[in-house]
Amino acid sequence: MDNLFNLFVRSIFIDNMIFAYFLGMCSYLAVSKTVKTSLGLGVAVTFVLLITAPVNWLIDTYMLKAGALAWLSPSLADLDLSYLSFLIFIAVIAAMVQLVEMVVEKFSPSLYNALGIFLPLIAVNCAILGVALFVQEREYTSIGEVTVYAVGSGLGWLLAIVSLAAIREKIRYSAIPKPLRGLGIAFILTGLMAIAFMSFMGIKI
Amino acid sequence: MNKEKLRKEKDPWFSAKNLSLLKRPLNIENPVTVQVLGICSSLAVTVQMKPAIVMALSVTIVTAFSNLIIALIRDSIPSRIRIIVQLVVVAALVIIVDQILKAYVYDVSKKLSVFVGLIITNCILMGRLEAFAMANKPWPSFVDGIGNGLGYGLVLVTVAFFRELLGSGKFYGMKVIPEAFYKAGYVDNGLMILPPMALITIGIIIWIQRWKKPELQEKN
Repeated sequence: MDNLFNLFVRSIFIDNMIFAYFLGMCSYLAVSKTVKTSLGLGVAVTFVLLITAPVNWLIDTYMLKAGALAWLSPSLADLDLSYLSFLIFIAVIAAMVQLVEMVVEKFSPSLYNALGIFLPLIAVNCAILGVALFVQEREYTSIGEVTVYAVGSGLGWLLAIVSLAAIREKIRYSAIPKPLRGLGIAFILTGLMAIAFMSFMGIKI
Repeated sequence: MNKEKLRKEKDPWFSAKNLSLLKRPLNIENPVTVQVLGICSSLAVTVQMKPAIVMALSVTIVTAFSNLIIALIRDSIPSRIRIIVQLVVVAALVIIVDQILKAYVYDVSKKLSVFVGLIITNCILMGRLEAFAMANKPWPSFVDGIGNGLGYGLVLVTVAFFRELLGSGKFYGMKVIPEAFYKAGYVDNGLMILPPMALITIGIIIWIQRWKKPELQEKN
């Protein structure tokens, strides 16, 4: 249990998707103009992560890994399909995103309109595929760990995008040098926020 | 009459138009600093020059060939499922690149870790496929892919150059800052190796580029 909580805190603050791995930067920079939309996108990303990461982990463990098909029949035990993992992961993610899009459209049309083009783009949000690949690389052993890691990463991403949006709302009327306006200052802000987040390094609970 | 028209429409392979497709992404249409595409998965590999160059080459190859393939089959893709088709083409190409990297440059492939796989979700690919390859002939699309890959690589290598030089005093793995400097009290800036400085370096690159090219500045 301690282990899980530790993993949760680590994935939010220390291994933050944006500040430590730069994953999901495209939508992070493009949608962070107002707090409301960025909150919606953050929730959507967390939700998609919560579904896709365990599904991808199950597929990887029981179908793709070296010898993973042994449960089907012993003759398949020396089969290694791991080279297919990119293709399968991205297909699962794209399908899940399509599902989430339909659910959001049905139950919250206002959120659907606010997210607009960015909902389908979650499919190519690097954070989603990134989590699936990190799970595969770090060889997490239980579905609990995977779920906790996925939700933590999603919340970390949400925290990052909402704080950037809040800062960008504040600096709208500041006198920023002209060439730096927009994209440039967003990068430098993210860098400074990343330095602030480095103070969490080494925390262990 | 019809034949003549066809001939007129056909560009020579290296016409001015095609060359501009190659050159524009390097500066005024740079995918990273102007179009805001493909920042994901790019900055984490810029601690040293070598992985950055390998990454830039891989992305260029994947962009060029996915653009080519999609441009070839663009008329037969139903528009409702085009995203899936594009993803499958890209994923297949990335698998090939990943297997080649694992076979020939294993140490670099280990260093790049998950970021080779993340080329699939690199927004440059989807962005160029949607914006260019779906509406253009194969050869211009191929050139556009190479141009955008190189524009991305240019930013990647520039960031890696400064981070490696200031962070560990090296250039492509070789010590370039003389020992005498360290004796006189010079210290490598350890912060350059950490993630935040990659973001700030890119911010500064954008700053310099937009200062030189005022037409790129944003209104507010």
